[in-house]
Amino acid sequence: MRTDAIVISVAFGYLALLFVIAAWGDRRAEQGRSLIGSPTVYALSIAVYCTAWTFYGSVGRAAQYGPGFLLIYLGPTLAMLMAPFMIRKMVRIAQVQRITSIADFISARYGKSQGLGALVALIALIGITPYIALQLKAITVSHAVLVNYPLAPELSLAEEAFWVDKSFWVALVLAVFIILFGTRHLDASERHEGMVAAIAFESMVKLVAFLAVGVFVVFSLFHGPGDLFTQVAASPELVGALSLEAVPGGASGWVGMLVLAFLAFLTLPRQFQVLVVENVDERHITRASWLFPLYLLAINLFVIPIAMAGLLLPAGNPDPDSFVLTLPLSAGLDGLPLLVFIGGLSAATGMVIVETIALSTMVSNQLVMPLLLRSKRLHLSSQGGLAGWLLGIRRVAIVLILLLGYLYHALIGDSYSLVTIGLVSFAAACQFAPAMLIGLYWRGATGRGAALGLIAGTLVWAWTLLIPGFAQSGWLNDAFLEYGPWGLSWLRPYALFGLEGWDIYSHSLLWSLMANVGLLVGISLFSRQSPVEKTQAALFTEAMHPGLIESSLWHGQTTRGELRTLVTRYLGAGATARVFADVPNAGPDDDWPAPPDLITRAEQALAGALGSASSRVLINSLVRGEALDLESVLSILDTTSETLEMNRRLEQQSRELAQASEELRAANERLRELDRLKDEFVAMVSHELRTPLTSIRAFAEILRDGRDLPEEKRIHFLDVVVLESQRLSRLIEEILDLARLESGRLTLTPQRLDLVALARHSVDAVHRLQEDRGVSLEVDIEVDEAPVIGDPDRLEQVIINLLDNAGKFADDDAPRVRLHLTPHKQHYRLSVEDNGPGIAEEERERVFEKFHQIKRHGAGAGKAKGRPRGSGLGLPISRGIVAHLGGRLWVEEAPKLKGACLVMELPAAPAETAASASPP
Amino acid sequence: MAKVLVVDDEPNIVLSLEFLMQQAGFDVVTADDGESALARVEESPPDLILLDISLPGISGFDVLEQLRNDPNHARLPIIMLTAHGREVEREKGLALGADDYVTKPFSTQALVEKVKALLVEDA
Repeated sequence: MRTDAIVISVAFGYLALLFVIAAWGDRRAEQGRSLIGSPTVYALSIAVYCTAWTFYGSVGRAAQYGPGFLLIYLGPTLAMLMAPFMIRKMVRIAQVQRITSIADFISARYGKSQGLGALVALIALIGITPYIALQLKAITVSHAVLVNYPLAPELSLAEEAFWVDKSFWVALVLAVFIILFGTRHLDASERHEGMVAAIAFESMVKLVAFLAVGVFVVFSLFHGPGDLFTQVAASPELVGALSLEAVPGGASGWVGMLVLAFLAFLTLPRQFQVLVVENVDERHITRASWLFPLYLLAINLFVIPIAMAGLLLPAGNPDPDSFVLTLPLSAGLDGLPLLVFIGGLSAATGMVIVETIALSTMVSNQLVMPLLLRSKRLHLSSQGGLAGWLLGIRRVAIVLILLLGYLYHALIGDSYSLVTIGLVSFAAACQFAPAMLIGLYWRGATGRGAALGLIAGTLVWAWTLLIPGFAQSGWLNDAFLEYGPWGLSWLRPYALFGLEGWDIYSHSLLWSLMANVGLLVGISLFSRQSPVEKTQAALFTEAMHPGLIESSLWHGQTTRGELRTLVTRYLGAGATARVFADVPNAGPDDDWPAPPDLITRAEQALAGALGSASSRVLINSLVRGEALDLESVLSILDTTSETLEMNRRLEQQSRELAQASEELRAANERLRELDRLKDEFVAMVSHELRTPLTSIRAFAEILRDGRDLPEEKRIHFLDVVVLESQRLSRLIEEILDLARLESGRLTLTPQRLDLVALARHSVDAVHRLQEDRGVSLEVDIEVDEAPVIGDPDRLEQVIINLLDNAGKFADDDAPRVRLHLTPHKQHYRLSVEDNGPGIAEEERERVFEKFHQIKRHGAGAGKAKGRPRGSGLGLPISRGIVAHLGGRLWVEEAPKLKGACLVMELPAAPAETAASASPP
Repeated sequence: MAKVLVVDDEPNIVLSLEFLMQQAGFDVVTADDGESALARVEESPPDLILLDISLPGISGFDVLEQLRNDPNHARLPIIMLTAHGREVEREKGLALGADDYVTKPFSTQALVEKVKALLVEDA
């Protein structure tokens, strides 16, 4: 049950479960059905505060120093009771300013100072590494205890090669897990809903595991709490160890520990992450402010009983840090120790996950990217690579942070107890508190004060806690601990300025915070804030009353020329001229300071093109005169390229729209024209139909009413009726032809035919009629054969129509018509000319219009000869037919007879091997 | 005996109108375009004109307008004949001073009665 393989597979199974929960949480977040939208989950996620240090170390500390360990939990309880005021304010600021970490928060408060952000990130990295080391140690130790019990765990780390060392592999596995966990995608808000869900789950696991051990110890190893306390009371030694007097440093130790825990709860990067960055709803704070202290109470309930029991019973392992594990093991249990191991694992992994993600965010955003962005050689401004770079940097940072933790663990971890390591980190995190908390309430705190305070406090911390730690591990000669460096006894790390009798943490905290706060306040009083710092200070301190500060924005320190250059770059000259309408001659060299209203106007103009956030950042960068920070660059690049793309698309769309509406207008025009033509056509058709109908009706009525008409008149009138009826039918036939031609429904049956034969045939058909009218018809065909593709009936109709027309318009006295057929390039040309008056140049196209009648003045003679009137449809129909057959029909000057000449041109049929089709 | 001038470019229509008017007891003069119609009026003014609108050369409207502008013929009864059934043309004809307006094809009886009525009125 406790073999290595089982323990390891259970541990991996647990990690896999965590991963599933996280993936589920992320999925739900993407679907908009957040898994963490509950104050209980929020409170549980804050319980990431309880690490392996709590799980194993509380009992250890209680066993050594009595109830003093409780102070570590009273501090956060105090902080949470104040949460509705303080943490709510931080949450609100973080949401408005899109804060991603505590380094970002402090940097933002002091005018988005990149230097300050980098400083915080660096201190966090140095200060928190031991804490991560502590978790690795806890996992390794608990695993060793579990597997080797009842033998003592083999933990001589430094003597082994690192690849045999289990903590190294723990660190690597965790690194991979966190990379999968926390850097799956890049989210601008740096929220990780899946991670929060998993952390909340871990908080429940560790609580259940710890309560299980407590209940087992009190009610199974002993007969309830009464029995336990009776047995403790019997041992005066134990009573002394567990009394309040055992707290190191006495009263100062109490206060020091309380302050330490209070501040660290707010400033530890992982706490800031879950408390502020991952908060999804401000209202959750209210319930968390009592639910989280309740959680702390529950997880501490059995600490003293377990410590007492561990001291009373001769457990196999004398290390009090392992009592939680060794007590159930000593009772011969298998399942409970495994549960405890998982509980400890959850406490450790929870901390490592959140802490590493928070640290890697800081490292990438505050340390690495600003450097990369400044390096012009890398050309990071090209947008595509940035997100990839960012994720890559985070992943590398995660691995490095965990390896750093492992290194610290391997080199130093042995010489410190869990609690000691934890408190060193606490003290480091506390250095952020002055800059953060004072900056939250005092508008006058300056970036320079904050930076110097932070540096001084951290140096004091390093001198009084970190370096002595190295010394005690044997890496340094520890003589200076005893006598001070260079024999300066007032510089002794544990008794700075001769302050003795304090515990080392309270001692360190006192001096470091004194230096930190002293410099922050002192320097702030004597230094000036830049305009942006002033703005940010106002935004932070008045976060709960945002209305008060809007008016104080943009007390700019930029020149009109610079502002103009910026606006021109994004908006172009035209829009810029409008923004600067009342500053007529502002060139790029204009050194006048830009007035606030001009800056605001420029911001609004830019916001129209780039969106308000990017616009503000741009103006911000100009007014501040600094390089932009990473996120701003990202968001500007994003919005700018989006805007450009959108502009480009809009332009294209409006071009297309203009084109479409032009087409629509033209189509509409065409339709209207067609409609007008149709009306005209209908009117003309009705006119043309009425004319023969009039004669028919008139004579029909005359015949009806005049029964006594002479026979010859009756016959004459009846002839007229018949003729007009024929004319009517012909007209209707032509109108139908025309309609078919125009709608494309005219059915032609093209075939190969000989135009020569067809022409002769047509001449024969009209010959008699022409002769009757005295028309002399000449035929001049220059070829033997003229093969074309055409519909013989229709083509004959065309040729007859041309001959008819020519006859009608030929000279009245000596009418002559000539048909001429000749090859012309790849075509055959058939022309029909007459010796009439001809057709004026401007009339030549109009003769092909429907119902166009060529007016002939003094045409009385023609009528006398009985020439039928045309309908005005013959030529349009002929042209339609010829066009259908791929030819042309037009009017030109008659070459021989000097009258009108109509020319029909048809393409020659391709040479054919088979016999040509016979003409009709 | 009253004299009627028939103006139309369609020979068969002229033929029918000529016959109808003669049958009704009038003298008939014919013209097949606007210019010759005006010439006939000048030669010997008729008592009534049956005037087609669509004529080669100047149109029936032009003829009507010229006659109405001539004080000698301002009151000469004129019946317009047209194959255009459109209301606007009817209005135009009446506005120009035509006494009546007959759409082709027409009822022979009705036309003869209109002519008679106008001539009696005039007399």
